[in-house]
Amino acid sequence: MKYIDEFRDAALVRRYAQSIARITTRPWTMMEICGGQTHSIVRYGIDQLLPPGVSLLHGPGCPVCVTPAESIDMAIAIASEAGVILCSFGDMLRVPGSGGSLLAAKARGADVRMVYSPLDALRIARETPSREVLFFAIGFETTAPATAMAVAQAARDGIENFSLLVSHVLVPPAIEALLTAPDNQVQGFLAAGHVCTVMGYREYEPIARRYRVPIVVTGFEPLDLLQGIYLCLRQLEEGRAEVENQYSRSVRRDGNRTAQELMRRIFTVQRQRWRGIGEIAASGLGLTAEYARYDARVRFGHTKTATEPPTECIAGMILRGLRKPHDCPAFGTRCTPERPLGATMVSSEGACAAYYRYRCHMADNGRVVSR
Amino acid sequence: MTEGSGFPLTCPLPGGEGDVIELAHGGGGLLMHRLIDRVFRPAFATSPSDLVHDGAVLDIGGARFAFTTDSYVVRPLFFPGGDIGSLAVNGTVNDLAMCGAHPLFLSAGFILEEGLPIEQLHKVVASMRAAAGAAGVKLVTGDTKVVEHGKGDGLYVNTAGIGSLRSGIAPAPQQVRPGDAVLLNGDIGRHGIAVLAAREGLGLEGEIASDTAPLAATIMELIDAGIDLHCLRDPTRGGLATTLVEIAEAAQVDIHIDESALAISEPVRGACEILGLDPLYVANEGRFVVFVPSNAAERALSILCRAEQGAGAAVIGQVESSKSPSVVLHGLIGAARVLDMLSGEQFPRIC
Repeated sequence: MKYIDEFRDAALVRRYAQSIARITTRPWTMMEICGGQTHSIVRYGIDQLLPPGVSLLHGPGCPVCVTPAESIDMAIAIASEAGVILCSFGDMLRVPGSGGSLLAAKARGADVRMVYSPLDALRIARETPSREVLFFAIGFETTAPATAMAVAQAARDGIENFSLLVSHVLVPPAIEALLTAPDNQVQGFLAAGHVCTVMGYREYEPIARRYRVPIVVTGFEPLDLLQGIYLCLRQLEEGRAEVENQYSRSVRRDGNRTAQELMRRIFTVQRQRWRGIGEIAASGLGLTAEYARYDARVRFGHTKTATEPPTECIAGMILRGLRKPHDCPAFGTRCTPERPLGATMVSSEGACAAYYRYRCHMADNGRVVSR
Repeated sequence: MTEGSGFPLTCPLPGGEGDVIELAHGGGGLLMHRLIDRVFRPAFATSPSDLVHDGAVLDIGGARFAFTTDSYVVRPLFFPGGDIGSLAVNGTVNDLAMCGAHPLFLSAGFILEEGLPIEQLHKVVASMRAAAGAAGVKLVTGDTKVVEHGKGDGLYVNTAGIGSLRSGIAPAPQQVRPGDAVLLNGDIGRHGIAVLAAREGLGLEGEIASDTAPLAATIMELIDAGIDLHCLRDPTRGGLATTLVEIAEAAQVDIHIDESALAISEPVRGACEILGLDPLYVANEGRFVVFVPSNAAERALSILCRAEQGAGAAVIGQVESSKSPSVVLHGLIGAARVLDMLSGEQFPRIC
């Protein structure tokens, strides 16, 4: 398959791994931002191809993992009201809030529907004018333009039985929060290719300069990741700290200006709580005053904020790159995808789910140890 | 029934949210297996080997029969490559075939929703008739119930089937031995993606048709040729990965699969890439895996390749002895990974 097979070529993978080993003279720690990259790394064993001492930390780029429990609780509360249809992405439905998940609410009778796009939710609103249709809008800059499009179309067409629970988050403030944390270990970043397809990478340039940290915009296939790691290591070894673009088949420096313009029109940047991490200034998106009537928090009057219940889950440490899933005493025992303690074990982009799925029964040498 | 019945009906399902049935309990993965293990098996099984296969093998007056049942709730009722009617016939025919049986008779139970256009029922029934003809089985008895509007999805079908078994034919997961070769009769993932695309209106380029097909005639060719069939299984819900994990656990062996030997059509691969689905966990309705001794693998493969439902057959892996049964996928870029059962339902990714 074009754009897939050539990026999974075993011979080229080996050659890149050798090149990486050749240029590496000492230990380095990098972080891949995106959960999709984490899954590729773990699935294909990319981290096992790296020289000793070079390690990859798994970043916060898992949309449902960082969606605060209180937003999920609010979604469940609204979905449980009579006449409401709640729509969201499939992955969001099984993540537990402080109580259950949206799937559990669905099993108890709430009308919860999985959609592929916010525009599907808008279509449902159009087709069922007697019901309130709520879209639980989550994700990074990748999914935010589609949410913005749904709001713009609802306003244009006067669809008033449509509202949104917006919990979109932004990558650059999260990178800065990680870099300014006293316990930061990250020396270089692989930025998320899909996010940069929308946003470009101009906004990463001041971060690279200010914190003296290389940032490589990277794709998702095995060769993309190895090339991104190679570029990042080369910068580290040479003492450079720049933004480089590995994912040039998709990403331009300016990104998709049409999408950015739409986002600016619909959203305003605001403080945002990240599950397991805490509040980060200017790291979330909310609806601007002009579109506030589509805000489900306003429409349904749910403004209550809950605190996250104490748990032995270390997802917050994992999302900040301070721990790996294997470090958690509950991993694979008290915490499994069927019975998760944290969102990172449920989401298809969560680091714990990736380790559980691909690594649970493997020792570090790749041998199967147990089931 | 609860008093002194000798099995614990109160055994709860695990998990903080496990007090009600969720859709994932029907997904063919881990939750469904737990439901069977904790609710159905304690109630119905008389020996540990009961309720582990696609059908029961019965000895009646010295003759051996296979008996099976399956319900069909697919939505939409009609999809590229098939419909609920052909699926209901082929599915039960295939469950009998996986027991090594020659399918003979089917029953059909219809649950119809008030308001279903009769014309749709006609189409489904005609499709069942054609599928039964193609599979060489007779539909000999049936039942119809109608439920109120809104209480059913138009039409549900249950079929049960009975087939005859020759003496000496007893393929079962427990028969799998280290050294066995694993064969698969074609490409994977088409049924699941075809139904998903039709249901969700995904508008994928190029139509993907379900692989639904009767497999009994193809399996009979292997039996007629005297191939020693250790195990047969059709990877339906939960896909190839879940089926292999079930077999590895039942046989207490390791199954090593070569990813490069698995055929996945370009449109299915494309759809899975876009949606973030793993084709190893996507349902099939015309595929089966067969475990044979390694010295029979080549002959079995050449028979399959000439058979009606085996044109894309390949040896996909082999069985090794194990202290901790696993399915290991040897990937295209050299890394190996352990395949587990599907946990819950597979959902498309977000970005």
